[in-house]
This record gives sequence, C-alpha cells and structure tokens, in this order.
Amino acid sequence: MAFLELNNVSKAFGEGKNRVTVLRGINLAVQEGEFLVILGFSGSGKSTLISLIAGLFKPETGEILLDGRSIQGPGPDRGVVFQNYALLPWMTVYENVALAVNQIFPKWQHGERIEHIEKYIEMVHLTAARHKKPAELSGGMRQRVSVARALAMQPEILLLDEPLSALDALTRGTLQYEIEKIWEQDRRTVVMITNDIDEAILLADRIVPLEPGPDGARLGTAFEIALPRARDKKKFNSDPAYRHYRNEITRHFLELRSAERSGDAAEEFLLPDVNPVRVAV
Amino acid sequence: MTDRIIKTLEFTGLNWFVPLIRLACGEDRAEQFKAVWRTSGIAIVTFLIFLAIWSLGASNINTSLGRVPGPAQVFREARGLIDEHWEERAKRAEFYKREKQRVAEKKMKSPGEDVRIRKYTGKPTYFDQIRTSLITVFTGFLIASLIAIPIGVLCGLNRIIMTALSPLIQIFKPVSPVAWLPIVTMIVSALYTTRGGLFEKSFIISAITVALCSLWPALINTALGVASIDKDYINVSRVLQLKFSTQVFKIVLPASMPYIFAGLRISLGVGWMVLIAAEMLAQNPGLGKFVWDEFQNGSSHSLARIMVAVFTIGVVGFFLDRIMVTLHKSVSFNHEPVSA
Repeated sequence: MAFLELNNVSKAFGEGKNRVTVLRGINLAVQEGEFLVILGFSGSGKSTLISLIAGLFKPETGEILLDGRSIQGPGPDRGVVFQNYALLPWMTVYENVALAVNQIFPKWQHGERIEHIEKYIEMVHLTAARHKKPAELSGGMRQRVSVARALAMQPEILLLDEPLSALDALTRGTLQYEIEKIWEQDRRTVVMITNDIDEAILLADRIVPLEPGPDGARLGTAFEIALPRARDKKKFNSDPAYRHYRNEITRHFLELRSAERSGDAAEEFLLPDVNPVRVAV
Repeated sequence: MTDRIIKTLEFTGLNWFVPLIRLACGEDRAEQFKAVWRTSGIAIVTFLIFLAIWSLGASNINTSLGRVPGPAQVFREARGLIDEHWEERAKRAEFYKREKQRVAEKKMKSPGEDVRIRKYTGKPTYFDQIRTSLITVFTGFLIASLIAIPIGVLCGLNRIIMTALSPLIQIFKPVSPVAWLPIVTMIVSALYTTRGGLFEKSFIISAITVALCSLWPALINTALGVASIDKDYINVSRVLQLKFSTQVFKIVLPASMPYIFAGLRISLGVGWMVLIAAEMLAQNPGLGKFVWDEFQNGSSHSLARIMVAVFTIGVVGFFLDRIMVTLHKSVSFNHEPVSA
C-alpha cells in the first residue's frame, strides 16, 4: 500500500450552469520517500490538486489516504509550501518559523524549541536575516523561509505548490539545488507541482503530467526518471539520458496541445480572405 | 538627527514642517524656500483670504447680540479666555494656601480634631472644559472600541454572525446622537442612582452617547478587515491547526490592524463631533456646554467666545486625527498608503 493514495478524486467549483469540473477521476499512489513531481500547464488545476492533498479543499468524489488514514482536513502532518510564500508580514523570519514550531511541539522545552527553529533557519541559510520581516527579504529568501517553516513542522509529507514559479531564473536555479540537497538529507516524501520541465527532471523520481481535458484535468502516464542523484543541471545539455527525458516529456505535452487544438478547431475564427498589399513608400 | 525629525514629521503627516527643518539646517536655500511656499505658503494665503472675507462679511451683519465678531475680536476673546484661566488658577492656588494655613492653625489649637482641606469650588476655566471634553471623548471611544472590535472580529470570521447582526447595524448606524441622548439619559438615570459616585451622571451620559455613535465605523471596518484577510494567512492557520484564540491574536488581528485603525480613526472623528452635541444637551462640563452656556448667556462677548470654541474644536479634532493617522501608519505592515 502506498504512502499517499488518491482514489478517483474529482473536484468542481461553482454552482448550476457555471459549474466547472477542474479535476476528474484522479488516481495517484506516492511511495514513502519518493519525490513526485506533477507537471502541468498553468491553469490546469495543479494548485487545486495540492490543496486537496493538503486538505484545504474537500474532494467531490473519491478519497485521499495518507498512510492509510483518510484525509478530512488540513493538518500539520502535511507541510505546505505555498506558491505565494504565505509568510505573515508582521512577523520576523524567526517568528514565522516559531509560530509553526510552537504550535506543533508544545510539549518541548523552551530551549529545545529555539534550537529546532534555529536549525531550520540555518538549513535555508537565513541565520543572518532571522530578525528581518518578509518585506525586507528578496523573493528567494521569502520562499526559503516558507520552506524552513514547512520543514520545521517535520511533516510526514511535504507539499510544494509551484514553490519557485515567482522567482527569477537565477534564484530559481539556486533554490532547486537547495531543495534537492535538503531532500537528500532526510528523504521525506515530497509532492511538488511545477510547470518547468527542467525543474521536474532535476528533482523528480517520477513525473506525472496533469493533462487538461474538456471535462476536467486528469493525470497522464508517469515518467520514471532514473537519473542518478545528485543531478547537475550544467551537465544536462550534454547528457543523452537527460535529453531523452526532456524530449519525451516535451513531445508528450506538445501532442496534448495539438490534440486540444484539433478538438476545438471548429470554433476557430474564420479569417477574412485578404492578402497584404505591398505599398511603395 | 535632522533625518530623524523629518522622518517623524512625515510619519505623523505633519509634512509641511519638513522644509522648515531643512531650511534651519542650512540645506539648499532656494529649493527649500520653494518647498515652504508649496507646502505651507499656499495654505497660509488661503487662510488669510478666508480671514479677510470673514472680517468683511461679519461687519455687515447685526444680530441681537451685536455685530457678528470678526477675526480680531475672536482673537481678543481667545486671549481673554486664556487670561481668565490663569487668574482662576492663581485664585485656586491662593485658596489652597489659605486652607493649608487654616488647617495647620486648627490642628495647633485642638490636635485631636479631624480637619480637612476643603475643595475649591471655582468655576471651570476654558482649559478645564477642553480637558473634560477630551476625557469624555476618549472614554466613549474606549467603550466603543471595546465593543466594536470583538464584535467586528466575530462578524468578519463568521458569515452567520454577520448576517444575524447586519440588520441591527444597518438600522442603528445612521441614528443621530440627539436621538440617542434622551434614551441614554433615562436609562442612565434609572440605573446609576448612587449619589456622589465616581463619575458625574452627565459625564456617563455623554460618554455613552459618544460610544453609541462612534461604534459603527470601527465595527464595520473591523468586520471588513477580518473578512478580507489574505486567504494564504488563513490557510497557514488551518494547516497548523491553530487554536481559535491563537488564530485571532496571531493572525486575524495583526492582519486586519490597518483596517481596524482606519475604522478607529473615523470613529474618533465621529465621536468628537457627537461629543459637542451630547455635552450641550447633557450639560456635561465640556466644550459643548461652554458653547451652550455662552449662547444662553447672550452677552456681547458670547458670539466671539463661541467662535473661539469652534476653532478649538477644529484644532483639537485635527490633532486627534493626526494621532490616529500615526497609529494607523505604525500598524500598517504592508506600507500601503494612509490617506491624509
């Protein structure tokens, strides 16, 4: 039995005529210690899926099992790193992490908790900035705080909701390595969502595409990524194994796109039959 | 040091002092003079034009109390009130000196006897009245905040409570203080029967009337602020499964502070306006009563004195607003602009 299981999960929003099914018949099994990446276009319901696993939404049908227990609501056993960081702007870095730690380990000694908080702030290299407020930090630093907060909860599973999508390319690259390094340390189960193929290949044990459809998105066939760790992005361009994965995944998504296009070709606008005339000046 | 003063001034919204400070520190003169003109020069010219129109217009209107006073007369009357204040203070000091002497003498004569210093019973001066008004408005404001913020938070958090209370809020919000006052008077008179209690009855009536009228902006803004908290913050609290009290104090209240203080600012402004009317009718010894007494008095000084009161009310109201703006800015974590 898998560690995290989604059985025939679907989710719709809205009422009556405006009702839109976002996810339909999602089946997924994540093994303990696995780094699973869900890859999809923007707007395909990725965040909805992670919110369902986090328990922030209730599924319409089906059920979600974590370690055999059915998920009924949000809880600290699933650490979430939100897309917009979701740091509390009136608290410092330290206080943001402390809020989580004090809540989840209330029985610990005071000193023990401080040590724990400092350890995770250190892990994301923010010790120097620990008394700063989020507004004084860069986007990458904010996301690191968010990661530290989620890790400090010592969750059974870590849910990353497009954690790097709001960052610039360079910061993104650095943080990808950091996430991999941190994950290597304790091999916690991770479900990450992204729209970046390279990021997915760099981090994932397995990539599952989220495929949009007319009546809600579904999960496609998974790609097992058998590249050895620690993966080096710099070598990717010359590495045939990596290029194989990238080509395959890219082709898959392009096919999805064209299938979608041909599906609604009838709705395409008719263009007027005019040709541009060359005008001499 | 200069930077610090300038920052403080900008923070409290007293921006027009900034060029003066810069000028005093010898920064680029021409530039700063221009800035002085832009910030305070124009305002001063407008005020002078206002005084001119007032003074011209006033001399043409005759009332039963004589001519409508112009700026000069009002200024004289203001100085008169200040002089009166010091005279009264001197009288009081003298009275207590005499009392002390009397008590000391009596004690010498018969040591066992219990002699007390009698209280001075002179009339309150203009500044005493301003003080009473301020105490009353802050008491009312405090009562209003203590009721409005908790209810506002509950309304913002829970749609059912909001729906339940919304008709009451909608109906009572537009009620004028004058309409509340008789009811408050009757109820307070019925309940507060102890003579010589801690507070004057008129003080309680005024404060409660202020509270009843300044409650609504704070309540509505708090509810709005709480209801519009960033969903991410709520999600964090849900993932952590925070207790209700932790959620309220660590997330909900800090997140809605800017809204709450924007509401409190309006509340204090409304309270100050309401207070004058309440004091007139409840005969609470404050600025409102001062205006009413002068009106009833009908001496040739009265109109000018009332105008002094009008300006005082305006200036005090302005400073109350500045205080609230400063507080509002100090709790705005996201540095959104606060309208001046």
